This record gives sequence, C-alpha cells and structure tokens, in this order.
Amino acid sequence: MSSNGKVMHAQDVMKRFGRLEVLKGVSLDVAQGEVVCIIGPSGSGKTTFIRCINHLEKIDAGRIEVNGHLIGYRDEDGKLVEDTERNIARQRAEIGMVFQRFNLFPHKTALENVIEAPTHVRGTPKEEAILEGKALLDRVGLADKFDTYPGKLSGGQQQRVAIARALAMNPTLMLFDEPTSALDPEVIGEVLDVMRTLALEMGTTMIVVTHEMGFAREVGNRVVMMDDGRIIEEGSPEHFFTNPTEERTKRFLSKIL
Amino acid sequence: MFAAVEWHILWQRLFHPDHVFVLALWRTIYISVFAQILGVVLGLIAALMRMSKLHPLRILSGLYVLVFRGTPVILQIYFVYFGVNLLFGVALIPNSVNFGLFVMNGAAFAGILALGINEGAYMREIIRAGIDSVDRGQLEAARSLGMHYRLAMRRIVLPQATRFIVPPLGNEFNNMMKTSSLVFFIGVTELFGDAEIRYSTTFRPVEYFGAVAFWYLVLTSVWSLIQVQIERRLAVSERSDDEPLLERLSHLWSPMAAWGRR
Repeated sequence: MSSNGKVMHAQDVMKRFGRLEVLKGVSLDVAQGEVVCIIGPSGSGKTTFIRCINHLEKIDAGRIEVNGHLIGYRDEDGKLVEDTERNIARQRAEIGMVFQRFNLFPHKTALENVIEAPTHVRGTPKEEAILEGKALLDRVGLADKFDTYPGKLSGGQQQRVAIARALAMNPTLMLFDEPTSALDPEVIGEVLDVMRTLALEMGTTMIVVTHEMGFAREVGNRVVMMDDGRIIEEGSPEHFFTNPTEERTKRFLSKIL
Repeated sequence: MFAAVEWHILWQRLFHPDHVFVLALWRTIYISVFAQILGVVLGLIAALMRMSKLHPLRILSGLYVLVFRGTPVILQIYFVYFGVNLLFGVALIPNSVNFGLFVMNGAAFAGILALGINEGAYMREIIRAGIDSVDRGQLEAARSLGMHYRLAMRRIVLPQATRFIVPPLGNEFNNMMKTSSLVFFIGVTELFGDAEIRYSTTFRPVEYFGAVAFWYLVLTSVWSLIQVQIERRLAVSERSDDEPLLERLSHLWSPMAAWGRR
C-alpha cells in the first residue's frame, strides 16, 4: 500500500481510438477501502477508463498508478515507455476485474475457473488453491456448484463465479465493468448482494461502472459522472440524488432513475 | 460383362492379404500419421508467427503458406527427396532412419517431411481460424488475472480453439491418407504402390486397383468413426454434466449413433 493511502491514482489520462478521442484528460484518486461508482451515458468513456486501469487498453497520455506503481509503463527519465509483458502481467495480478459478459472459461468448471490463476500465475499448490477456491465459491453462495461448467449456470451465478475468480488472486483493487447490465432483472440482486458484502464487510477497494443507483447510494462512497471523455461531476451519492449541479447530470439521472 | 474378372484374386486381396500388402498398409498409416502430426506442429508454429508482433515472423509465415499452397505436392515431394541434400550440401535426408522399433527408409522419411510441410501450410489457416473463433473476452479475462500472453494462449485460448480445429483437422487427415499415395513416385511401396506393382506384373487392374480402393475406404471409414468419437468427447463440457458416465460411454462406443450424426 502506498503511504498516502491512495490505491489508485489517475492523472490526465487520454486515450483515442484512431481519430476518436475517448478520454480527454481523466483524473481520479481512489483511497484504500473506498467504493467509487462511475456513471454516465454510453460512449462517455467510463468502460474505457477502467480498462486502462489494468492496462487492457494502452493510454496515449497521462499516468495511472496503483498502489504507487505506474501501470503499464516504465518511467525512463521522465519519458513513459511501455513495460514488458511479464511486468504488466504481474501488475494485473494485483488488480481484479469483473466483466459485463462474465468471460468465464467455458472449458473449466466453476472451481477450476477460480483456481486457474492462483495455481498457474502465483504457483499456489493445488490442494491449497482448491481449499481457498471452495471457500470463495461458498462465500458467493455457490457451494453446490463446484463441479458445474459455466454453460450450466445462470447469468447471476456465472457473474458470482467471476467475482470469486477475481478475488482468488487477493487483489488490492477490484474493477467492475457494468457487472449487472447483461443480467436478467431478477438475478441482478444476487450479484449486488455479493458486491455489497465485499464492500461493507471486507472493505474491498472497488471501482464500479454501473447504472445501479440504489447500489451506489447504499454502498458507494463517491459517485463520478462521466460524459464525452471527461469527469463532469463528482460527489457523494446523496449529492447526486438531492442536488446534482450539472445540467447534463440532471438529464442523465432523470432517465435512469 | 464381369467375365474377365478373376474373382479369386479380388477375394484374396480383400480378405487374405499377404504380408507384403500388410507392410504397404502399415506404411500408408505411419506416413499419414507422422506427416499429419508434423503438419499440425508446423501449422501451429506458423499460426502463432502470423499473430506475432514481430513483422519478419509474420512475413515468414506468409511466405511459407504462399509457397507450399501455391505449388503441387508432388513437386514438393520430389524437391525434398532429390533436391534437399544437394541444396544444403549435407545429408538432411538420410538413406535410412532408425527409430529403434523399426527402420524407415530415406524415401519414406522424405515423403513424410514433404507431406508434413505441405500440410502445415493448410493447418496454419485452420488453426488461425480456430483461435479467431475464441471470444476475445477469454484472452482479456486471462490477462486480467495476471496471465502473460503465452500462458493465456496455452491454458485458455488454445484448448478452446481445439473444438473449432478438430473437425477440419479430421478432414485434413482423411485427405492425407489418400494424398500419401503420391510418395510411391519416390519409390515408397505403400498401398497404392503395392497395387501398382502387382498390376504391372499381371495386367489385372480391376482386381488390384479395386481391392486397394476397398482398403482405402476401410482406412477412411475407420478414421471417420474415430473422428466422431473425438468430437463427441470434446463436446462433453458443453453438454449436460449431470449425464451419467455410463450413458456418456455408451454414446462414445455406439457406431450406429456415430453414423446417424453424419
């Protein structure tokens, strides 16, 4: 952990796809144990931004640090040079990510999905990884699904396995990219419950791209509104519910609430 | 109209083949198997080179496919057998190769090499298409867990690509068993060669070529049964996992079910 308690520090992050500027200078700090929810219309750059945090996307300018370490780049006399594949992989191991479409490994059972990275990235002995993996699946309410393949699980169950899979690496930061937007309405609750437990009981530091304002209000410490590649408003969940200042934010919230 | 056919010769070739024939059959099988294995290995290497970040590797992979898909196999077989040693000035193609269990003559070795290299060019496309068929999110998920590219490929992407690669690979092997007959032209007496030699001493084409056609059919039919079973086995993880093992095994060993699916 860095000395100032900041888990994630992003400064003037810029990103373009071809001629399209997706991020036009995004700065954000996330403290230890904080839950930050990022909201905003589609195309506002929120998903791209959290994908930059574990370097699934390269950035064109600015810098991102996690636990005080520059992500994806080496600082060589003030010039940022892309880091080696192995170093980037090592950094990603510290950052958990949950995807909108789960991305479970379909050729592996729930338990195999969870123990894959501990055994093959960390070198954890298999018996130990299995014990921990079972405990994690138990914690997300899937103690009876150890040997089930993802294809046989519901969307909500798959996403809970995906959360357990990310947690198995003991990440210091969890990124959630619209974790409930591919789910049927009736199973959204079970995924949010798991995330709530993570935040409130385990104190996990989380950055969540979501439109679930109920979740943001109950669990989030801070809400960040993005539009057109910029953060246009930032504040407590209460602030967003009671008196958002920006016109764009008001219009957006009126549509999703 | 069938008056000229010597039925007893045909009968004997079909059901009481001599040991010369069995040896020829064995040659066809091992040449095809080794050439196909070589083709898969070369195809995988070429496919990974094609996806490499390094420009020269991509170009090399492209040239490989260009040359070996763009020239006749028979030419490649002749070139490897007659040309390679002269070209490189060393005996890359030896007179015979001792595998411990059996000794392979140099011509068969050259044939395997040529067929395998040729096959690799086709396998590259098949393997690349297989890798492309795996959802991009799989690689991203693997990387987000801290896997580097090679580990993610080996553990996550390639095992899933296998499901897309195996069906066309099976067809390639079916082709390989038939194409392997071309090595007769560099003096390897495999199935076709055996028939040709018998024919040229007896002038009985119907009996000898008819019988060898039957044996090629046996080979390709047995292979298609094996292929179906391999594909079934690969599909297990997608099917119901609460299907009892016994039932799964009975699926596996029911040839009728296998034919029904074709």
